Amino acid sequence: MSQRTCLYDRHLAAGAKMVEFGGFDMPLYYSDITDEHNAVRKDCGVFDVSHMGEVLVTGKDAEAYVQHIFTNDISGAPVGKIFYGMMLYPDGGTVDDLLVYKMGAEKFFLVINAANIDKDFAWMKEHTAGYNVTVENQSGIYGQLAVQGPQAEAVVGEVLGLDCKELVFYTFKEILHGGETLIVSRTGYTGEDGFEIYGSHAYICAAWDKLLESGRLKPCGLGCRDTLRFEVGLPLYGDELSAEITPIMAGLGMFVKPDAKDFIGKEAIVKQKAEGAPQKLVGIELEGRAIPRHGYEVYAGEELIGTVTTGYQSISTGKSVCMALIDPRFAALGTEVQIQIHRRRQNGTVVKKRFYAKSYKK
Amino acid sequence: MAKVIEGYYYSESHEFVKVEGEYGYVGITDYAQEQLGSVVYVDMPDEGDEVNAGEDFGAVESVKAASDLISPVSGEVVEVNTELEDSPELLNSDAFGNWIIKVKLSDPSELDNLMQAAAYEEICK
Repeated sequence: MSQRTCLYDRHLAAGAKMVEFGGFDMPLYYSDITDEHNAVRKDCGVFDVSHMGEVLVTGKDAEAYVQHIFTNDISGAPVGKIFYGMMLYPDGGTVDDLLVYKMGAEKFFLVINAANIDKDFAWMKEHTAGYNVTVENQSGIYGQLAVQGPQAEAVVGEVLGLDCKELVFYTFKEILHGGETLIVSRTGYTGEDGFEIYGSHAYICAAWDKLLESGRLKPCGLGCRDTLRFEVGLPLYGDELSAEITPIMAGLGMFVKPDAKDFIGKEAIVKQKAEGAPQKLVGIELEGRAIPRHGYEVYAGEELIGTVTTGYQSISTGKSVCMALIDPRFAALGTEVQIQIHRRRQNGTVVKKRFYAKSYKK
Repeated sequence: MAKVIEGYYYSESHEFVKVEGEYGYVGITDYAQEQLGSVVYVDMPDEGDEVNAGEDFGAVESVKAASDLISPVSGEVVEVNTELEDSPELLNSDAFGNWIIKVKLSDPSELDNLMQAAAYEEICK
């Protein structure tokens, strides 16, 4: 049976259409994916993202350990800084993509994907040998809200009383609030400005109620979370990253730092960078309105060159677009390709895999 | 409560057939459009294509998912509702008023395998 977040009853009461995602029963939408998507782009929306996993790493060797399992370089970072990156298998395939919050010199908070919590935690435990660290799965303790959109700063400040004006993108602070310590970061998965708030289930439920009662934002489901992240080219583990897909194939090389340090999977990454990846993630824009979906085949003439990883009729632009993992020989911008959609081949062109501009507050 | 129209024929996969003479107008029911949510694309066959009862002839797509259209009847597609190419949302505003394909029925006895309004209303509950 699927797990439930602390907000499950509230989702049902709000009339959400529920769907299984990452082992959790989650809201797909409350009213309409398009309306919720537009609320985040133009105004503000709140997502229950309590399904995400949290792992606390502490101890004398905490930093060295995180450097060992994580692709990005966290050395010399100030407390309050957040890094995006991956954990890799020795062959360069991706265990998961995650955020690392630096809470102290010997304390790091790792945020991982719901579907991967058990796998990731086992992986982390397996690789502690030789490091003086404690790795603690706190996924059951924390609930999480994502408040996203141009009005997010005002809403979080005025409705929740969390003053976060000074936070810049990819930083966080711990706030003492009603006897507990909340974690609030200027992060998100929508391409808009916004915050992610981690707290106890009691706090998350109370905050959710306050936010909805304020009438200043819309509750938003995973449906628009996916359309929003897709439009700005953000990857979803399972679609654009997997045990078979390296960050180099996914075009995420900037979050992998083999020149700066050692980490699991480094040799494979260095080799792939030197020799070229077997596949490359690209954007494709179609001429018509037919919608490319995950798993659909991509062709160049008669040659099968790859598959679609995520595709939609973009809500913000109206165009039918997708990300696809294809043979790098066809990855140059402007290359003409075709996608098999139902019984027809639809013509498209390789474009940048960012279909809408991000509006982060840096 | 989804609307059901008396005199139309209905399939378990929520398509309807409105019969006029030797032709059947095939579309999706009001219940189907409610379940789908906002329709953003309709994949349709070409005029002259043959459709077979029980086989898919296209798809209706919401933002999130594509649902196959299963033809309740067999025959040649003599017309497709091209209005749906640019305005797929018409299926949400009036599903019964916006048929998807017009089929020249090759075997009108197939209609006997479909439900009448009262029976279809039951399965929508």
